[in-house]
Amino acid sequence: MEKVLLLGNEAVARGLYEAGVSVVSSYPGTPSTEITEAVCRYNGIYSEWAPNEKVAIEVAFGASIAGARAFSAMKHVGLNVAADPLYTASYIGVNGGMVCAVADDPGMHSSQNEQDSRHHAIAAKVPMLEPSDSAECLDFTKKAFALSEQFDTPVLLRLSTRISHSRSPVAISERINFEQKPYVKNVGKNVMMPAMARTAHVKVEERTKKLIEWADTTAFELGINKLYMFDKKIGVIAAGSAYAYAREALGEKASYLKLGIVNPLPVKPILDFAKQVDTIYVIEELDDIIETHCIKLGVKVIGKEIFGYLGEFSQSIIEKGIFGTVKENTSLDIAIPPRPPVLCAGCPHRGLYYALKKHKLYISGDIGCYTLGAQAPLSMMDSCVCMGASVSGLHGFNIARGKEQAKKSIAVIGDSTFMHSGVTGLINIAYNKGISTVIVLDNSITGMTGHQNNPVNGLTIKGDQTVSVDLEALAYAVGINRVKVVDPFDIEQVKKAVSEELEAEEPSLIISRRPCALLKTVKHNPPMKVDRDICTGCKACLQVGCPAISQTKAENGKTKAFIDNTQCVGCEVCASSCKFNAIKKGGN
Amino acid sequence: MPNDVKNILIVGVGGQGTLLASKLLGKCFLEKGYDVKVGEVHGMSQRGGSVVTYVRYGLEVFSPIIDKGEADMIIAFEQLEAARWLPYLKKDGVLIINTQIINPMPVIMGVAAYPENIIEKLKEAGVKVIAIDALSFAQSCGSVKATNVVLLGVAAKELGLGADIWLESIAITVPQKTIKMNQDAFLLGYNSRHQ
Repeated sequence: MEKVLLLGNEAVARGLYEAGVSVVSSYPGTPSTEITEAVCRYNGIYSEWAPNEKVAIEVAFGASIAGARAFSAMKHVGLNVAADPLYTASYIGVNGGMVCAVADDPGMHSSQNEQDSRHHAIAAKVPMLEPSDSAECLDFTKKAFALSEQFDTPVLLRLSTRISHSRSPVAISERINFEQKPYVKNVGKNVMMPAMARTAHVKVEERTKKLIEWADTTAFELGINKLYMFDKKIGVIAAGSAYAYAREALGEKASYLKLGIVNPLPVKPILDFAKQVDTIYVIEELDDIIETHCIKLGVKVIGKEIFGYLGEFSQSIIEKGIFGTVKENTSLDIAIPPRPPVLCAGCPHRGLYYALKKHKLYISGDIGCYTLGAQAPLSMMDSCVCMGASVSGLHGFNIARGKEQAKKSIAVIGDSTFMHSGVTGLINIAYNKGISTVIVLDNSITGMTGHQNNPVNGLTIKGDQTVSVDLEALAYAVGINRVKVVDPFDIEQVKKAVSEELEAEEPSLIISRRPCALLKTVKHNPPMKVDRDICTGCKACLQVGCPAISQTKAENGKTKAFIDNTQCVGCEVCASSCKFNAIKKGGN
Repeated sequence: MPNDVKNILIVGVGGQGTLLASKLLGKCFLEKGYDVKVGEVHGMSQRGGSVVTYVRYGLEVFSPIIDKGEADMIIAFEQLEAARWLPYLKKDGVLIINTQIINPMPVIMGVAAYPENIIEKLKEAGVKVIAIDALSFAQSCGSVKATNVVLLGVAAKELGLGADIWLESIAITVPQKTIKMNQDAFLLGYNSRHQ
């Protein structure tokens, strides 16, 4: 069999292909995005970007009812959005197998919280598998479909940043020919009203009992749970990335009960393992789910008392926790400034924020690249909660603080995030006679997750032309009568529009429209130049917060503005910050 | 840890092309018959932040990440990032460093200073340093974007697997029209210490 080096996410996609899956619907979210991007490159699978995770999982579930094998991928917080359909899909069960991958982000590399998605599996009463490398990503994905169909349940596949975004060798094989199952109308099974749901809940509880038996026995036969017996002084119970770190740290100095199914958890194998080893360590990132299960079984374990609930683990953390040893290392005795992520040179969001700066506003923020504008020097955000909360939250803020405050408050939200869950907030503002002003930062792409097409930019996941949502018409249709479109690089135009719309005692939508500077279709201008004879070194241009501008020493020893021509794309926003006109267009 | 596993840490600034370098390294080691894990970070930090990728190879590799004091080699795409990630280098490890400087936002804003003479300080600290102006080499091949491949060339020479396997790997990884440019850039790095 051919071995290839695949990201965990790409291996899940390969697993979907090999399992004969035919329908995939997802919303992008780090670290899950590359699954659906990779699926899109396989023939024989329909794939799409949905406007949000709830829609995506419902599309997949609809396809499952239709008899196809179906799938949806999302990040941990995305499953909160999709929780509603998941919890009832658990009662209904499946026709064709249905799997949903959920990628947690311990350490919050690219997320607003580090919730543990295993809680959703427990609450929705659905099985959850957790692979620990790319080979298992492929293998578990395929087995998840068989499990789904055998137990008549949706299955969750839990990933994490290090599993999703690590490459390791994978043996690939051919796609099976999954024959779509017939659809037979079955109101008792597929229509969840109280009478049917009461019966369904009984089935769900019976199913869980059977799944525990499966986790105790078949899961070991299938290589989903594994037992590795080495030195018996230390026993480790772990799953996923935590297992990889533990095995790296402890090698054959410990024995391992490696869990591939993390909900429901096995019972008898844990009791047996406890009899064979002296001390059991439960090593799990985030919450104490396996540990609590062991305690319920009366098995004494050591876990969170050493390893805690925060962030990512590593081999060193485990080595230090168990043996108290630390590796030698060197460091320089100098202060090393941090390097936080920033808005790119030429980013349209920068122009908009720079224009808003003078207004001294309360800014209700949202999730996307523009969240980076919260940091100095732009410092243009007062709150950021979750997808869509900028719009609905602003309405609440303005209701609480009154009309005068509403004239000094604004929401900023990206095009993709607005489609995801901002539009419902806008409907709420119009319907409830709010007067809030919302800005949609329409950069024609879903940016932070690495450029995915969305309903606003008129392109499908495959890059084919499709209809695009007309934001202006949408605003009018929901009852917003004041709609303006501005170019975020035209600072004066933005300032004027914002002043007028804030002053108006009715709701407004401002669309700040310019494509992401990183899009291949965007033509850049030559880099800007600083006339260092004119530059006074006043540093006003640094307030723009562009990574291409800094100050360097001039011949006379004074510091003056300097533009890095390997980064600058000539957006001219810095030029409008210079009252001496020292920053000029480049060219020639 | 199994003592045959080798660790290479690639550090730089988001957007410098560290991911391509780690992908090429991973492919070559797999080709050579090793077990391989490459740990990447995508998403927010790619927007001009400090980025790190981990490449590990050996008989059997479990963890996808490298911890402090574990790296046999660090390939630093930028000076400040070399200093930041130095604690990850093993005692006898080698540090390949691109002499390029990219100011982080706190330095641009004047609230922090970019440390001076980083390369000299690394050498004074007893670190085995290979410094190279990879940006200039890349520019001479026609694109600053090839800086990553120049650095990969320097690393490949140190790793001693010969140039051919890397050139092939580049040919099947990068876009068709940039193959020649990337292979030239690789060879400039590969041969740089003999010039």
